[in-house]
Amino acid sequence: MLLDLLLEPLRYGFLLRGLVAAMLIGIICAVIGTYVVLKGFAFIGDALAHIAFTGIVVAFLAGVVFYLGALVAAIAAGLGIGLIQRRVGLSSDTAIGILFSGVFALGIVLMSLGIKTYTVDLFSYVFGDILSVRPSDLLVIAGLGGLVLLLIGLLYKEFLFVSFDPIVAEASGLPGGKLQLLLLTLLSVTVVVSVQAVGVVLVVAMLVTPSAAAYLLTDRFHRMMLLGAAFGALSALIGFYLSYYLNVPSGATIVLVASALFALVALLSPRRADLRLLVRG
Amino acid sequence: MQVRTELQPSAVTTSEPVIVVDRLTTGYHRQPVLEEISFAVPRGALVGVIGPNGGGKSTLFRAIIGLLKPWRGNVLIGGVPARPNPDMTYVPQTDMVDWAFPVTVWDVVMMGRYPQLGFLRRPGARDRELVEHALEQVRMQDYRHKPIGALSGGQRQRVFLARALAQEPSILLLDEPVSGVDAPTQHFIFELLEQLCSEGRTALVASHDLSCVAQRFSQVLLLNRRMIGFGSPERIFTQELLNRTFDSHLLLLRYGDRVIVVETPENGSHAP
Repeated sequence: MLLDLLLEPLRYGFLLRGLVAAMLIGIICAVIGTYVVLKGFAFIGDALAHIAFTGIVVAFLAGVVFYLGALVAAIAAGLGIGLIQRRVGLSSDTAIGILFSGVFALGIVLMSLGIKTYTVDLFSYVFGDILSVRPSDLLVIAGLGGLVLLLIGLLYKEFLFVSFDPIVAEASGLPGGKLQLLLLTLLSVTVVVSVQAVGVVLVVAMLVTPSAAAYLLTDRFHRMMLLGAAFGALSALIGFYLSYYLNVPSGATIVLVASALFALVALLSPRRADLRLLVRG
Repeated sequence: MQVRTELQPSAVTTSEPVIVVDRLTTGYHRQPVLEEISFAVPRGALVGVIGPNGGGKSTLFRAIIGLLKPWRGNVLIGGVPARPNPDMTYVPQTDMVDWAFPVTVWDVVMMGRYPQLGFLRRPGARDRELVEHALEQVRMQDYRHKPIGALSGGQRQRVFLARALAQEPSILLLDEPVSGVDAPTQHFIFELLEQLCSEGRTALVASHDLSCVAQRFSQVLLLNRRMIGFGSPERIFTQELLNRTFDSHLLLLRYGDRVIVVETPENGSHAP
């Protein structure tokens, strides 16, 4: 009976595709989200998603693949933010805020000016729709997401050192500046592959919520990463079925499940006190 | 005959200074912090860098590591311009680090091996041995599984010193390594540094606290944006030079081979 309920949606190709895409995104977001949570990059992730939207609009108007526009916009923004941070220091929130809200507003105006025939297509990027994932999209998500995971795996120890203690890492010969820009680029790529499924406004939730829940359960970096990935995938899985059977938007449901998981972990965690450290940071 | 030719090169390298700072001027955002600094450190020296907070001690260390480029003058390490590399290590003041990070004492000390390992290589048995040994040297082996956030300030300092040791550098730069550390710990950290230097490593130690460390160093650099003095402690610790370094009136007491420094605030800079 339960098995029938679980298997029923998977008989349709587009639903199965949506589920696989959502779980992949849940994993990739949580892995990169480990750094987002620990380094306080949530605001940057949010900004990148909004800027990626404008890239999508421009790509649509120019008649090119939307991934191209989103990638170019997000990576350029990510590198720009990285350079601002290095030049100005950490108090670059205002500069990022001005930049990303302006660029997002431009995207919305361009969308209404340029696209005479009203298309639901573009709005689906604002709130996300995993059921709009085409086979080619799934390939891009798996390809780019796999690349992000591969690089994070290969440069695991370098990223760890540079994130924990950037000054000493650089002093002992690691290319700290380059590694930080690469991390921001990987964050940009992650945001771009996630926007279609979860939407511009909810990407940041997938970046921080599963990883923050994982943080409350362990004091080892690699475990936080693995546990976060498990929470991300689980949120996507449960959210997918809830959204199917309750007929509610998928992106929002996945994020709600992740939030509920976080709340549950926060209530039960022995390291609940450590939440203060995260909130303060 | 053969023995003699083999001995000669090593005799040459030990007499040459490992760190040469030559008329260095540098700073941040067009604001000079250090001006016209010149000194040379021989291999195996334990150098105290003494000066007030804001006197440029950390800036000097960053310039020696190569994180900060000279505006004028040169910083030469082993004869070549300073550049960050695994043979040199920096132990900064610990308030620069995010203590919420989910890493244990062991994880942090293992980071000292990462630059030596290079990309794509994972730590092996030798790296674990070096981490083990470094933890023993700073007497933190019982804390290896503790999260770094659960340690006291002095314990964190020791962990960062262990990370520096695990890196096996020939030059160590330590920024205020004994601030907030109890007296016995201070004592054994300096014994450890003395031992490292007798093995041929070179260490520079920044401190603004004079009385506890004055007699420990083989050489002392007095720094307050400019170089006030450089040389052996006996020659450098004079009342006149110390007062110029700290812009205040310090009373210097010598008791045998010990130097005791007392601040006399009524004659200090706040006096009319």
